[in-house]
Amino acid sequence: MGPLIPNDLIPLEWNNIIAILIGIAFGFVLEASGFSSSRKLAGVFYGYDFAVLKVFFTAAIVSVIGLYYMDYLGYLDITQLYVHPTYLWAAIIGGAIMGVGFVAGGFCPGTSLCAVAIGKLDAWVYVLGILVGIFIFSELFDFIEPIFDGYNFGNITLIDTFEWDPYWFIFIFAIVAIIAFAVADFVQKKVKKVFY
Amino acid sequence: MKKDNQANKHVYWNPYFGGFLLGLIIIFTFYITGRGLGASGAMKSSVVSIVDTVAPTHAENNAYYKNFISEDDSPMNTWLVFEALGVLIGAFISGGLSGRISWRIQHSPKISSKRRLVFALIGGILFGLGAQIARGCTSGAALSGMAVLSAGGFITMLAIFGTAYLTAYFFRKNWI
Repeated sequence: MGPLIPNDLIPLEWNNIIAILIGIAFGFVLEASGFSSSRKLAGVFYGYDFAVLKVFFTAAIVSVIGLYYMDYLGYLDITQLYVHPTYLWAAIIGGAIMGVGFVAGGFCPGTSLCAVAIGKLDAWVYVLGILVGIFIFSELFDFIEPIFDGYNFGNITLIDTFEWDPYWFIFIFAIVAIIAFAVADFVQKKVKKVFY
Repeated sequence: MKKDNQANKHVYWNPYFGGFLLGLIIIFTFYITGRGLGASGAMKSSVVSIVDTVAPTHAENNAYYKNFISEDDSPMNTWLVFEALGVLIGAFISGGLSGRISWRIQHSPKISSKRRLVFALIGGILFGLGAQIARGCTSGAALSGMAVLSAGGFITMLAIFGTAYLTAYFFRKNWI
C-alpha cells in the first residue's frame, strides 16, 4: 500500500532518481501549458488569459479526487501523506507578500524555472530576486520568527478543522471550480484582447 | 519543420489537458514519495549552500540556516533540488520541441526592457521572502497542500490570489 517509499516498497536510493523524473514531467507540463510566459500568467489578474486559473484548479481537483479515490480503493493510505502545516498568520502574511510579488514579477518560483530553461532573461533576474528574498528572510529571521513559528495548528486538513465529510467537500469544490471556469470564459470575452 | 515551429510558437496545450496531466503528476508524486511537489525549496537550499560556503561561521550562527546544515552532507542533497533540476530539463525539452528557446526579455510593448527587469527583481524578492514565511510557494504550499486538503494550503492559495487581485490595479501598466 502506498505511499511506496515511506513504506519501503521502493528502496530509498530511488528517491533522488524519481525526483528528477517527476521534475522533468512537471517542467514539461508547465512549459507546454504556457507557464514560461509571464504575460500569459499575468493574464489571470487582468482577465485576458485564464490559463493559470484553469490549469491550477484542474490540477487541484484531479489530484484531490485521485488521492481520495486511491485511498478509498485501498492503494494508498491518505493519513500517511505529508500535510502542509498550518501556521495561520505566516500563511496569510507570506501569501499576501507572494501575491504582490506575483503580479509585480509575473512569475512564481516553479514557472520562473521553466522560463529560465528557455532563456527568458527576465526570469533569470526574477530567480536572482527570489534568492535575494530568501537571503533577506534568513538574515531577519530573529524578527520574523514569532510570526513564522507562531499560531501553529499543526498538520491539519480542512476535514479536521471543520469536521466536514471529505467526499462532499471534494464534490462541492469540483462544482465551484467548474462555475469558476465558466465565469472566467465569460469575463475573457468581455475584456479587450492582449496579444503577446 | 522550423517554419512550423515559428508559426506555432505561442500555441500551448489546452489548459484543462495541462491541468489534468499536472494533477496526475501530483497523485504519482504523493503515491511514490508521500509528499508533494515544490519549487522554492531548491532555491532555499541554494541560498543556504552559498552562504555556508562564503561565510560558514555566519551560517552556523544563524537560527534559520543552521537547520539545513550538517557536517557530513551538502545542503544541496535534497529531494527538491533534484526535482528542480528535472523541472529545468523538462521545460527545456518542451520549449525546444516548440521552438521557444531564445535569449530574450519578454515585456509589454508599452514598457521598456529595463522597467521589466526592475519589476522582475522586485517581484522575485517579494516572492522569495513570502515563500519562506509561508513555508512554501504556489507549488509546495498551495498546489500540493490543496491536493491533501491542507488548511494552510487553502489559506496560502487564497492569500496569494486575493492579494494579487487587490494590487493588480497598481501594476496594470506593466501588463496591459
